[in-house]
Amino acid sequence: MTILRRTSHRHRLVLAGPAVALSLVLAACGGGGDDDKGTSAGAGSAPACKPSDGPVQLTFSTWVPGMEEVVKLWNADNPDIQVKVNSVPAGNAGTYQNFTNALKAGTAPDLGQVEYDSLPNFRLQEGLTDISGCPGIAEAEQKFVPWTWSQVDFNGSGGVYAIPQDTGPMALYYRKDIFDKLGLAAPTTWEEYAAAAKTIHDADPSQYITFFSQTDPNWYTGLYWQAGAQLFTNDGDAIGVDIEGNPAVEKVNDYWQGLIDDDLVAGNLQGFSEELYKAWNTGKVVSWVSAAWGYSTIRDNAPDTAGKWAVAPMPQWDAGGTAAGNWGGSSTAVLAGSDHPAEAAQFALWLNTDPEALALENKLGGLYPSSVDGLDIEALQQGVDFYGGQTIFDVFKQASAGVDPSFTWGPTMTDTYAALKDGIVGALSGNGTLDDATKDAQAKTVASLEAQSVPVAD
Amino acid sequence: MSTTTQAPTPPAPPAPTGSTKARRRSATAESPYSMAMAMTVLVIMAVYFLSPVYVLFSASTKSKAELAQSSLKPSTQFVDNLQQLFSEGDGIYSRWLLNSLLYAVGGAGIATLLAAMAGYALAKYQFRGRELIFNVVLGGVLMPATALALPLFLMFAKVNLTNTYWSVLLPSIVSPFGVYLSRVFAAASVPDELIEAGRLDGASEFRIFTGLATRLMAPALVTIFLFQFVVIWNNFFLPLIMLQDNKLYPVTLGLYSWQSQLSRVPTLQVAVIIGSLVSVVPLIITFLALQRFWRSGLAAGSLK
Repeated sequence: MTILRRTSHRHRLVLAGPAVALSLVLAACGGGGDDDKGTSAGAGSAPACKPSDGPVQLTFSTWVPGMEEVVKLWNADNPDIQVKVNSVPAGNAGTYQNFTNALKAGTAPDLGQVEYDSLPNFRLQEGLTDISGCPGIAEAEQKFVPWTWSQVDFNGSGGVYAIPQDTGPMALYYRKDIFDKLGLAAPTTWEEYAAAAKTIHDADPSQYITFFSQTDPNWYTGLYWQAGAQLFTNDGDAIGVDIEGNPAVEKVNDYWQGLIDDDLVAGNLQGFSEELYKAWNTGKVVSWVSAAWGYSTIRDNAPDTAGKWAVAPMPQWDAGGTAAGNWGGSSTAVLAGSDHPAEAAQFALWLNTDPEALALENKLGGLYPSSVDGLDIEALQQGVDFYGGQTIFDVFKQASAGVDPSFTWGPTMTDTYAALKDGIVGALSGNGTLDDATKDAQAKTVASLEAQSVPVAD
Repeated sequence: MSTTTQAPTPPAPPAPTGSTKARRRSATAESPYSMAMAMTVLVIMAVYFLSPVYVLFSASTKSKAELAQSSLKPSTQFVDNLQQLFSEGDGIYSRWLLNSLLYAVGGAGIATLLAAMAGYALAKYQFRGRELIFNVVLGGVLMPATALALPLFLMFAKVNLTNTYWSVLLPSIVSPFGVYLSRVFAAASVPDELIEAGRLDGASEFRIFTGLATRLMAPALVTIFLFQFVVIWNNFFLPLIMLQDNKLYPVTLGLYSWQSQLSRVPTLQVAVIIGSLVSVVPLIITFLALQRFWRSGLAAGSLK
C-alpha cells in the first residue's frame, strides 16, 4: 500500500501549467506570515477557510483496508458532516493517476490518501488545498511526530497541505534464534551487520542475512534517509537535485555494493514475492531492515517461523546513534476543488488524531500512526507473540523519534524511482554498480523536471 | 434450431476450390499416425492452457500458511476460503460479481442489438455514404479501448457521469467489430429475395429485420454477444479510470484493489486467489452454453 510495488507506472499524464504551479509553490516557500491581507493569491499566508453553512457531504478516497468502519464512527457523531469512503486501489496502482485526471476534470474527491513521496507531485499540479487557515490546523502541529508534520508543511513553507496519517519508521527484524546460535548479538552498527552477514553466510552458504529487492527503490531510499542524505532541496527559485555525488548516498552505495560484490546478500529475491516468503519460512533469509508495518508481512507470510523473530533498532552508521529511516506512510490531503475545505480538514484531523479511530485503523488497516498520542494506543504497547512476546512497537516508537525531519521528496519521484530501480537491477546482475544507479537517477530526475518546465538548480 | 446450424454453409462460397478440397479431405480416412500426432499436439496444448487453471484451483484450496509452501497438491481449505471470500468487506465480492454480470450482460446485449441493426442496414440498404460509414466503423476496430479511456473520462466528467454505472456501461454498448461481423454475415446469410418477398407480403422494414434477418443472422449475433461479453467481463482499464466507488466495481477491478492492499493485509491473498477462480466461472458457463454458436459464427466470419 504505502509501498511502491511497481515504479514503472504510467507517468502522470497531466501536469497543468507546471511552471505557474511552481511559482506558487516557490512563493509559498518564501515564508508566510509577512502579509496579513493574505487571501489574494491562494498561497502565501494562511488562506481563508470558512466553515460551510448547513449539512455537508464529503468524499474520501483511500486504500486503507477497513476505513469504512472508522468513518462510521465519525458519521455517527457528526450528522452534519457525512463522509463517504471510496475504497480505491493503492496510489501507484492507478489511484494517483485517477486523482490527476479528476483534478483536471473537476471531479476529484474532497479528501484523498496521498503518500508522503507523492505530495510534492500533487503540490506541483496544484492538486492540494492549503488548509493552514482552517480551524484547528494551526494548533495541530504539536499533535504529530515532528518529521511527519514537516512532510505535510514542506519543511515550514508556510502552508499545510495534508494531515499526516501513518508512517513506516524502520528497524531491524531478525531471526533471534539463528543469531543466537551463531553467537551473534543484534548488530548495532552497519559494520557489525556486515560482519554478521559474513558469519551467517560462512556458516551455511545457502543462508543470507538479508535480500536486496530489485522492486523496492523506496526501501533503498529509506536507507539514504537514515544516512542523512538530502536528495532534494528547494531554495525558493529552483529545485536542487543532489543524488549523484551526495556523500551520504555514496556511503550507503559503497556499503551495499560491498555486500553484493561479496555475495553476502541475496540478490534474486524480490520484496513481497512468494520466493521471499519461502526463503523466510525456511530460514534462508534471516533479517529484514523494514518499516513498522512490515511486522504483519513477516507474521502472515512466514508462519513456520513464529516466535523466532525479534526486532532491534536499525543498525547505525555511527556507534551510539539513534538515526532511523522511514519507508512508506501516507497523509490525508484535502484535494483542490473541494467545496468544503474546513470540514474536510476537520475530518482529516479527527481521522489521524482520535484515539478510537487510530486504534481501529491500526487493527483493521495495519496503520502505524503519525500522531504522538497514537504511538501509545493499547495495541502498540502489547507484546507480539510472533516476535516471542517482545513489545516490538517500543522499538518503532524510538525509531520514529530518530527520523530526520529535514528529508524532502522531489516532485517527480515516479521517475526517480524508476531510474533507481533500473540501476539496482543492473547492479544486482553485475551490469554496473549502485553508484551508476544513482548517477542515472540524477540524470533522469533532472530531465523529467526540465520536461515539466520546473527550474532545476545547478 | 436447424436453420441456425445450417446457416454458415450455404452463403456464397468465395473460394469454391477451398471448400471442395475441404470436403474431399474430410471424406478420406485419417491415417492412425497423423491422428496420433494431432492428438499429441492437442493434449500438449490442453495441458499448456489448463495447467495455470489447475494451479489457480489448487492454490484456492489452501490456507495462507499452506500457500507459502508453494506445493501443487490441493488442500482442504476450499470451503473455508469461499466463506472468507464472500464475507470479506461485508460481502462486497458478490456485489462485484453482480456488477460484472450487469455490465457484461447488459453491455453485450445492447451492443449485439446495435451491431445487428447497423450491420444489417449497411449490408442491405443502398445509400449515399454507406462505404464511408462502414470504413469509419472499421477504423474503430483498430482503436485500442485503453487509448479512449482517458478522453472518455474527461467527456463523462463534463456531464457528471463518472463514477456511475453508466460510465462503464455506455462505452461498452458499441462494438465496431460486431458491426463488421454482422454486416459480413447479413450480406451472406440474408438473401435479397427473402427481403423482397417480405416486402411483397406487406411486412414493414422493421418487421423484416426482427422477424427474418435476426433469425438468419443468429449465429453471428451469438458470436458478437459472446465476444463482447468476454471483452466487457475482462475490461479493467476503463472501470479503473471511471470508478471510485468500490460498490460499482466489476470483479476485475475489485480483485485488483484487494491485490494492491496485500502488503498491509497479507491475509487478503487467500481471497484474491479464490476470487480469481470464482470470477472465471461465469465465463466458463457462458462459453459452454453458447460455444457451438460461437464456433459456427467464427467460421462464418472467417469465410469472408
